[in-house]
Amino acid sequence: MPKTTDIVRLHVNGDAHEVGVPTHYTLLETLRYVLALTGTKQGCDKGDCGACTVILDGNPTLACLMPVWEAEGRQVVTVEGLAGPEGSHPLQDEFDLNGAAQCGFCTPGILCSAAALLERTPDPSRRQIQEALSGNLCRCTGYAKIYDAVEAAADRLQSEEEEAK
Amino acid sequence: MSTKISPVKPDTVVIGTPMRKVEGLAKSTGRAVYTDDVALPGLLHGKILRSPHPHADIISIDTTRAEELEGVHAVITGRDMAVQYGIIPWTKDEYPLCVDRVRYIGDGVAAVAAVDEDTAIAALSLIDVEYKELPAFFDPHDAVEADGTTPFIHEAKKKGWNGNVTKVVKLEFGDIEGGMDSSDVVVEGDYFFEGSTHAPIEPHCAIGQWDGVGHLTVWSATQVPHYLHRELARVLELDQAQVRVLQPLVGGAFGGKSEPFDLEFCVGKLAMKTGRPVKILYTREEVFYSHRGRHPFHMHYRTGATRDGKLTSVDAKILLDGGAYASFGLVTTYYSGQLLCAPYQMPAYRFDSTRVYTNKPACGPKRGHGSVQPRFAFEVQIDKLAEQIELDPIEFRRRNFIGEHTKTVNELRITSNGFLECLSSVESASGWHDKFRAMPFGRGIGIAGSTYISGTNYPIYPNEMPQSAVQMQIDRSGRVAVFSGASEIGQGCDSVVAYIAAEELGVPLEWVRVLRGDTDFTPVDLGAYSSRVTFMLGNAAIDAATRLRKLVQSSVAKAWAVKPSEVLLAGGFAVWAPDTGRQMPIAEAFNLAEVEHGTLGATGWYNTPKDVHGDYRGGTIGASPAYSFTSHVAEVDVDIDTGFVDVKTIWVAHDCGRALNPVLVEGQMEGSAYMGAAEAIMEEHIFKDSNHGRAGLHNAPSLLDYRIPTSLDTPELQALIVESIDPEGPYGAKEAGEGPLHPSIPAIANAIYDAIGVRMDRLPFSPPNVWRAIQKAKEDGTLAKPSGPAEREDASSEATVKTQQAHG
Repeated sequence: MPKTTDIVRLHVNGDAHEVGVPTHYTLLETLRYVLALTGTKQGCDKGDCGACTVILDGNPTLACLMPVWEAEGRQVVTVEGLAGPEGSHPLQDEFDLNGAAQCGFCTPGILCSAAALLERTPDPSRRQIQEALSGNLCRCTGYAKIYDAVEAAADRLQSEEEEAK
Repeated sequence: MSTKISPVKPDTVVIGTPMRKVEGLAKSTGRAVYTDDVALPGLLHGKILRSPHPHADIISIDTTRAEELEGVHAVITGRDMAVQYGIIPWTKDEYPLCVDRVRYIGDGVAAVAAVDEDTAIAALSLIDVEYKELPAFFDPHDAVEADGTTPFIHEAKKKGWNGNVTKVVKLEFGDIEGGMDSSDVVVEGDYFFEGSTHAPIEPHCAIGQWDGVGHLTVWSATQVPHYLHRELARVLELDQAQVRVLQPLVGGAFGGKSEPFDLEFCVGKLAMKTGRPVKILYTREEVFYSHRGRHPFHMHYRTGATRDGKLTSVDAKILLDGGAYASFGLVTTYYSGQLLCAPYQMPAYRFDSTRVYTNKPACGPKRGHGSVQPRFAFEVQIDKLAEQIELDPIEFRRRNFIGEHTKTVNELRITSNGFLECLSSVESASGWHDKFRAMPFGRGIGIAGSTYISGTNYPIYPNEMPQSAVQMQIDRSGRVAVFSGASEIGQGCDSVVAYIAAEELGVPLEWVRVLRGDTDFTPVDLGAYSSRVTFMLGNAAIDAATRLRKLVQSSVAKAWAVKPSEVLLAGGFAVWAPDTGRQMPIAEAFNLAEVEHGTLGATGWYNTPKDVHGDYRGGTIGASPAYSFTSHVAEVDVDIDTGFVDVKTIWVAHDCGRALNPVLVEGQMEGSAYMGAAEAIMEEHIFKDSNHGRAGLHNAPSLLDYRIPTSLDTPELQALIVESIDPEGPYGAKEAGEGPLHPSIPAIANAIYDAIGVRMDRLPFSPPNVWRAIQKAKEDGTLAKPSGPAEREDASSEATVKTQQAHG
């Protein structure tokens, strides 16, 4: 079958990539199948579930709805890029401590939505957390432990910031 | 083989404390591997062609044009795997791909393997299938009344029978009519439970690989790798020793991945045909059509009680809408009646349940298999009875408490039972007595209770081998490796075996490694269903760990010249109990044991008691080594103008026996209550009729249109753990993953009644359904706050006296 492929320049988790992809590929397909960044999940492939959420120029974005060329030249952060060299971001650690990831399939997307929230709103109310995560379906937890984890991470990030001052 | 019972160990160090999950950080950092994340060189992509007709004979299939498409490596049809399968050995009624007949829109008829997904999709459109359409059955009432003038959905088992009927169960215990006659009040009602589906966020996915020397490996997002292993071998006509099932982490299941599916057979066959690995990933639409979710139930209940609030007789008639295939339906039909007989004492009980086929995706087990629907109806019946005799509904439930270490009317053995504590826990946490019948019109509160099994005493295929097993191995470094065949679907079973190894062998949790999900290397566990895993796997892990602990204790005791029972293993050390200053690092203790006993490894296993049920046909179904108990209180706001029900809070009290890790138990309770609330207020797994499109087409096969709650729709959930310490559970533990779903639905229904005086006997309590009920109540002049129970305080104290008398 004839295919049109193109070279796309992507910045993912701080790395610059030039990748050849079929032009109809989404950002999600490119991340998962070309760059082997399988942390970002496909749950519905039509923008309903939020499992594919990544952070694009600071905003939570559905990678399954974005043609890959739209991400050209923009900064993409996936779940694999949240942590620094220490191995886990406070959000990731608190998700584990609080039992916020059961099956874990929605978790990467939820973490990206939550990380983008905490960048904008370091001390969110529970209502703000609920609104920020309302595009990410979780089928396991009833969301309660997720709120606990986001709040605990916000506290940790704020106290880390205090200490740094 | 005899049943082993693990000792109750109250003085635990690890067990009972909040802990991380062994795969927790892998999940939150994106390292966790699910089936679709597995990358193999030369991978082909498979797709399944699905029937556009709800009921049709297949006249012919021509795959020539598809095979000729560049990039297509193989095309298969039903004839390539013409062996029937089914999860229940007595009701095998489906083929991996249909052979002569399709039975629902979405039934698979052919599959292709191609170089990429686009080519595979293109190839499907080049397969020519000629169908002869047949009249279809969509309504279970039509299906049960069919006389054979049009073809039944399946061939009748005997001439003259209705081939649409898949199972009939009628069981009767005690004197039904005598009980009704002796009642002061009898409540009769019709209830309808709409179907719902699991909607795990991970779609089903499978990969097959054939190595050319006779080994087939299948990776799958399954809850039942062992049953899949057996069925793959049988259907693909291989020896079981040739087949290996690998189960990567599973991204949610809830019963929706608890039997073999077409894609697993197809990737196996396509891999064998092409010699290349083949992957099939369901689209979200295919997940909806594969279904196996909650059966729609049409229920009629007649329930009697005396004036002082004692149940006298319960009579149920149920019609189950099974969809196109048997699936677990035989069990569902039994469960529709068998699991209702606790936590309340029933002197007489009868159920008459019939499951029929319809031309829709097959129904099967969803969290709370078969017992969520009757529990909804029955707990609403109790609310109605309590109201008629003017008794507080919590008090009504207390007065009928069945007790612990007893038998139900259908002869199931009950051991530990913390139901009374569940009731008082939600009663006080919710502020029940200040709210019930006392809040303004539009605001309401409701109560419900339930019970559920902690596994089934009988496996799906008859055998007397262990139901669960683990192997443990001790390393010279102090590390413990656990080989577990249990299915981690998010509930935390890999962590449970690690907690137990850490508890019994005294190593830090981080030193325990769990190797899992591989039928070549891990002992058999039957799967993640029927809430069996913690109970059975936990006991198996204790068994293995105890064998190893004794070896280590004896070697250390020898070195110290003390008694083995005085040697404790905890916190990374072997310690002498009489003087804890005397200790050695655990690795040193392990090395001493290895010197004395050789390489240190042990297997452990668990099998269920087999003699704890009634001696009647079907008496084994519903028999469990232990039962969990639950009570919920739900508080709602009902908008009279729109019919919108806003569930504000659900208080969830659950007797899990013992919380091995309270964080995980709370997670199960909250997730269950959420899922029940979702079914109550919004979920509808329904199909179009010919007035609204193509008959038999799924109404909403997407996560946008099949509405499941977002963070903004989910009520506040308050988990209240109750521990009854079961005598046979691991450290006293029972299930927590399914029981806490049940009461959400009737508690919300009863809360709606408390709010506006309208009974919701049909699910879901969605705005259109509630609005219609409100309009009817307006016409009938019944839309009002119901009046409260008479002399509530007196009734309550009187009952306390009675309960004390009844239980010594």
